[in-house]
Parts: sequence; C-alpha cells; structure tokens
Amino acid sequence: MKRLVVERLACRRGARLLFEGLGFSLAEGRALIVTGPNGTGKSSLLRILAGLSRPAAGALRLEGAAEPEDFAEEVHYLGHLDAHKASLSAAENLAFWRDLLGRPALGVAEAMGEVGLGGLERLPVAVLSAGQKRRLALARLLVAERPLWLLDEPTTALDVSAQARFAALARAHVERGGMIVAATHAPLDFGPSDALDLGAWRPASPTVEPAPVPA
Amino acid sequence: MSRAFLALVLRDLRLALRAGGGAGLGVVFFLAVVVVTPFAIGPDLVLLARIGPAILWIGALLASLIGLDRLFAADAEDGSLDVLGTLALPLELVAAAKGLAHWIATGLPLVIAAPVLSLLLNLQPASIGALTLTLLVGTPAITFLGLIGAAFAAAFRRGGLLVAVLVMPLTIPVLIFGVAATATALGGTVPFGTPFRILAGLSLAAMVLGPVAAAAALRVTRD
Repeated sequence: MKRLVVERLACRRGARLLFEGLGFSLAEGRALIVTGPNGTGKSSLLRILAGLSRPAAGALRLEGAAEPEDFAEEVHYLGHLDAHKASLSAAENLAFWRDLLGRPALGVAEAMGEVGLGGLERLPVAVLSAGQKRRLALARLLVAERPLWLLDEPTTALDVSAQARFAALARAHVERGGMIVAATHAPLDFGPSDALDLGAWRPASPTVEPAPVPA
Repeated sequence: MSRAFLALVLRDLRLALRAGGGAGLGVVFFLAVVVVTPFAIGPDLVLLARIGPAILWIGALLASLIGLDRLFAADAEDGSLDVLGTLALPLELVAAAKGLAHWIATGLPLVIAAPVLSLLLNLQPASIGALTLTLLVGTPAITFLGLIGAAFAAAFRRGGLLVAVLVMPLTIPVLIFGVAATATALGGTVPFGTPFRILAGLSLAAMVLGPVAAAAALRVTRD
C-alpha cells in the first residue's frame, strides 16, 4: 500500500515564501487536484514532489516505495515543457523515454493510439501542433509504469475531446491504484479526488497549525 | 540501467547527426585553424614540422569546446532535463552518457582527421602516429572536463563563452602533456611513454570527475 505523505512543507522562491506548514497525505487510488491563483507555488510544489527542487522546510515521503525518502523513480513528472526533441520523430521521442524511464508498460504505437496520435509516428515533432505535442507528452505517462503522476497543467493546448480522453486515461490510472497530483485550472474529473487550494496556505494567512486535507 | 545509458548515448548521437545537430562543426573549425596556420607562419618547412603538433593540439582543444554550451542547455530548455532527473539512472551517469555521445560526435572525428591535416604541417610519420595517439587519449579528457562548464551553461542563458572560460584552464595540463608526448617522437631525452602515461591518467581522472562535478552543478542550478 503506497501513500504519499507531506509534512510541514515550506517553499521559498528567492526571498518570497510561497507556502509553509503544508501537510497532506494521498493514498493509492486517489487524485489530488491542486488549485490556487497564479504564483501561489503550484508548479513549485510539483517540482518538490518530483525531487527536482528542495523544500525550504518540511519532509515528504512515499510510504511503500523502495526508498520512501527518495522516490523520484516512482514519479512521472509532466511539467509545462513537453521534453521533446524537434528533429526526432514522434515515435523516436516516445521510444527514447520508454527506454530511459524503465518499467515498460504500453508499447510506443499503442500509447500513441491511446492519446489519439495513431498514424503520426514517423512525423518529426517539429511539424506537430501544440496540442499534438502535448498529447505526445501525455503518451509518455503510458509507456512506463510509475505509480505517482505529477501533472502541471496537463491539458494545456488540448481540445475538448482530447481533454476528456486524457481524463479517462487518468481515471483508469487511479482505478488501477495509481496516484495523481495535478495542478490545474480546468475542471477535470480524475475519479476519487481531494482538493488542495494552495492560496489558503500563504504564510500571511492564519493557517499556523493546519489540519491535513482528508485523504 | 545500462539500457537507459545506451538509449541516451544513441539519442544524443542521432540528434548530433541530424540536420542542425552540429556534429561536423568541430572538424570544419579544426580544418580552418590548420589550413590557415601555414599561411601565417610562412613556407618554413622545418619550423612547421616543429610547431605542427602544438598547432594541431590547440586546434583540437578549441574544436572540442564547440557545442559544449548546448549539451545540457538544449535539454534544460525543452524540459528533458527535468524528466532525466526522475530516472533510475543517476544524474552522474546521465552526464557521462551525454559526454560519451558528444565525444563520439565531435572528438572522434578530430582524431580521424588529424593524420590528414598533419600532412599540411609537414609532420613526419612518427610525429603523425604520436599525435593521433595522444589526441585519441587526450580529447576525451577535454570533453569530460567540458561537461562541468556545459552544466553551468545550462543555468545561464548565452553560456557559450562561459564554457570556454571555465573549461580552458582545466584543460591546460592535458594540452601540456599531449604536446609533450607528441614532441618526444622528434627526439629528446624523455621517452614517449612518460608524458603519455600522465596524459592517460589525466583522461581517466577527467572521465570520473567530470560527470560527478557536472551532476552536482546541474542539481544546484536546476532549482
């Protein structure tokens, strides 16, 4: 049984403290939707969870993982940037990440079919549209088996049908016992979810000893 | 893990060889330096043969630095570096894989071109052999030391000159022993093996220290 636990987390960007005392836990088979106004630290929180930046204070662990304190290998990080190489083809990009991320799940062609990119395998990424590039980035989540998905505005540039399609893929991941932490402004249904409004965790607000979000 | 290492090496090689990858740039620069030198020095064949190895080594050193500024910067800009931070493969080996691919794409062609370009500088066969061997052993040292500068260049926009300024001082011992080993082919009291072994040692040390230092730099600057 895996469980993401975050305790008394604080994040500092430059001189500004974005949030402090943040605590929550996320159990298997649930999603956490992080909302909040721009600049409240949604992306910073996801980068901390992915192990890409260090928190100013606090602790986080993934209970049930091989290394609970250092669980970057359990994580799919999908940031604002798609992490494609423009001169490689769509399939080459995806095959590369499949080899690198390890624990292979869907094949390249299957994953591209799932996100609605079937038939575009051999096109260089340079000629894909913004929405198609985003779909290819989402396909990365499907080619390697990792329990915790960290999604930063996952549906940027996606059309309505692609958004619904991705929400269905995310729900399937949650149903299989996966976990999702998503920062998003779009109303997406990821299945059984908790909500976290980061705006309420600003240091100025009177949340000195905050209660954890019910898991 | 070795599968991931290999996949990263192959991707970087593929990117270098595709249009705009810049794999041939180093050799062209190397060629330019070596071709221009005889015109500047004049038609003194004895002098050319004596300073030839040094010219070739300087050319190879500068050519090896080309493209290093984009090595991690390109991955940082398109978000790949963030995903590379979540692998089972440690960041040190990610840096080593990228270094190896960079050397195969830019360093190895210099080694292969060196014997041909040596003819332009009137080098004797013994010198050509020694030079090629020292370049084969010495250019990896330059590339792997260059990883350190490349990692910092990823954090700062327009880091091109920064790489040269950071890396050049570190490569001076490589240059000294590379040229010294080549010079022994022309005679002298020191056997070829003495400076050559030090050069090989420098190269091995750079292959270990470069990726470790580069990974540390990437971790510090990615915040």
